[in-house]
Amino acid sequence: MWEYTDKVQEHFINPKNVGEIENADGVGNVGSIACGDALRLTIKVDENQVITDAKFKTFGCASAIASSSMLTEMLKGMKLEDAKKLTNDDIAKALGGLPKEKMHCSVMGREALEAAIADYTGAILPMAQGEVVCECFGVTDLEIIRAIRENALTSVEEITNFTKAGGGCGKCEGKLRELLAETVGGLPAQSVGIAKKKRMTTLEKIKKIEEVIEREIKPTLKKDDGDIRLIDVDGDFVTVSLRGACANCYSSRTTLKEYVERKLREQVLDSLIVEEDK
Amino acid sequence: MAVLPAQVIYMDNNATTRVAPEVLDAMMPYLTDFYGNPSSMHTFGGQVSQAIHQARQEIADLLGANAGEIVFTSCGTESDSTAILSAIQTYPEKNHVVTTRVEHPAVKNLCDNLEIFTGRKYHTTRLPVAADGTLDLQRYKDSLTDETAIVSVMWANNETGVIFPVEEMAQIAKERGILFHTDAVQAVGKIPINLKESAIDFLSISGHKLHAPKGIGVLFVRKGTPFIPFLNGGHQEHGRRGGTENVAAIIGLGKACTLAAAKMEEENTRVRALRDKLENGLLSSIPKSLLNGHPEQRLPNTANISFEYVEGEAILLHMNQHNICASSGSACTSGSLEPSHVLRAMGVPFTAAHGSIRFSLSVYNTEEEVDFILKKMPAIIAKLRAMSPFWDEK
Repeated sequence: MWEYTDKVQEHFINPKNVGEIENADGVGNVGSIACGDALRLTIKVDENQVITDAKFKTFGCASAIASSSMLTEMLKGMKLEDAKKLTNDDIAKALGGLPKEKMHCSVMGREALEAAIADYTGAILPMAQGEVVCECFGVTDLEIIRAIRENALTSVEEITNFTKAGGGCGKCEGKLRELLAETVGGLPAQSVGIAKKKRMTTLEKIKKIEEVIEREIKPTLKKDDGDIRLIDVDGDFVTVSLRGACANCYSSRTTLKEYVERKLREQVLDSLIVEEDK
Repeated sequence: MAVLPAQVIYMDNNATTRVAPEVLDAMMPYLTDFYGNPSSMHTFGGQVSQAIHQARQEIADLLGANAGEIVFTSCGTESDSTAILSAIQTYPEKNHVVTTRVEHPAVKNLCDNLEIFTGRKYHTTRLPVAADGTLDLQRYKDSLTDETAIVSVMWANNETGVIFPVEEMAQIAKERGILFHTDAVQAVGKIPINLKESAIDFLSISGHKLHAPKGIGVLFVRKGTPFIPFLNGGHQEHGRRGGTENVAAIIGLGKACTLAAAKMEEENTRVRALRDKLENGLLSSIPKSLLNGHPEQRLPNTANISFEYVEGEAILLHMNQHNICASSGSACTSGSLEPSHVLRAMGVPFTAAHGSIRFSLSVYNTEEEVDFILKKMPAIIAKLRAMSPFWDEK
């Protein structure tokens, strides 16, 4: 059970401004169903550059819906100039705070707002000009640096909580650590470096394992007319099926343990256990 | 702001159940006056031992077992660990365990870590399930080897209620000289079980899933099955599990088993009918909703339904507004989204897995409660879908 503030509950149970503005002046779409949450924000802007109306549609948990609702309430009547300065922290604060694992919901609101403003002004999204660091969730270095600065983040885990970056395959963890060290100049590099190792998610593992299999393991096995396919990843257990010449090879168990498992342990996670699907 | 039991519609009985009033009454004397240690020589303590003996018999009766085959533990998880680790220690020369991909974490996480526990000696086969959550028996047979020490397969799945043919599977294992354990915490008390007629070696029970209190479990160990204790200590449970008995809870579980036997018929008629009414009502009144799990091969009390394009937590919190208690197979935290391993093993698509809700009933539920849920749910789902950017694209 999450500890939600009364404000979050109020905006979740009776969200304001649900829907889409017809002929909207600006539309911002962020997230996807696979990511687990998504938001479409539509805004109306008058000739004085004031946001006269804002509506949202959100797929996601209670805090995603509450953040969207709160955002639209804040926007109505706001000058475009001021809206540009709105941060995720402003949204979270207006809600009386969010659980730390849910902070990305407020970030999603802010990103949708930026996308909607960019759509209105015809400008290229400032954050989209950065370099994509997290490919899974499409998060750029500019977005990450901003989240670190504005929210005084001190660990990779916090970056993931706020931006989702690193929450997918985890490949960008090193890069996130670098960005953190660069941005938080005052922090001794060491304390950043020894941040607690993040537990990999299954999605993360699958992506990394597939990569190593394709890049290194398959080509090696193919030299002996063998082949391999990833069947399942469950916790630390990796199920593969050996094909081609490997399927009937009497030393296939050795191949599996001494080669495949060793490679995956070296390059993905040293607790992995590889098994054959029989 | 406490929520009182009289205010809630409790349909989360696979998570835990209320302690039956009769159970509490049976327990009270052992929490107050009769506090003696059953191991004591004096009559004051010794009489407690008599009460435990009776409870042991009541539990054995529900299972079709002998009282001597009942070992008290602290919970279902302890029972599961005891059975599997006993088999592994019994057969140091073997190296293989067979289980499924949809086990409760009590078995799943133990088997996941078995290689580490055993210095990489043991490895585990996890049987996949079909889209309806059922197992392929041929595949099971093929997975057994001369190196297999034990098979651990749940009797009924906690999330979907799907029942596995454990009696047939135990027979197959027996013919191969392999021990068979079943985590039956969801099945006991809901469907008839007769261990006399089966080849099952170990069976786990958890008290709080059948209207006894939390903190009491049972491991059935068939007479003649090799057994090595998990908790070593005193001579309690004939040396099979050290530690002073949780007397009151044991008495409570005995009473709960007697009640379950008496209400077995009701569970499989009235409760099943309520479940079916709820399930059919939801599926017919809410578009794009689907049942997870085999429609027939299932516990009478469980309905797991996915509402596409909406998110589980949001549904649960809206239900919570009406004091309706249920569970979801989806958990949304930062970045990492991992829907339940059970639904994932069944291949339920993302769009549906995120919005899965489990309703699990008990004999304490009424038709009025089902009608109330049927009245409220369509609006909850419609409200969430109305704000889902994916819904109008359908």
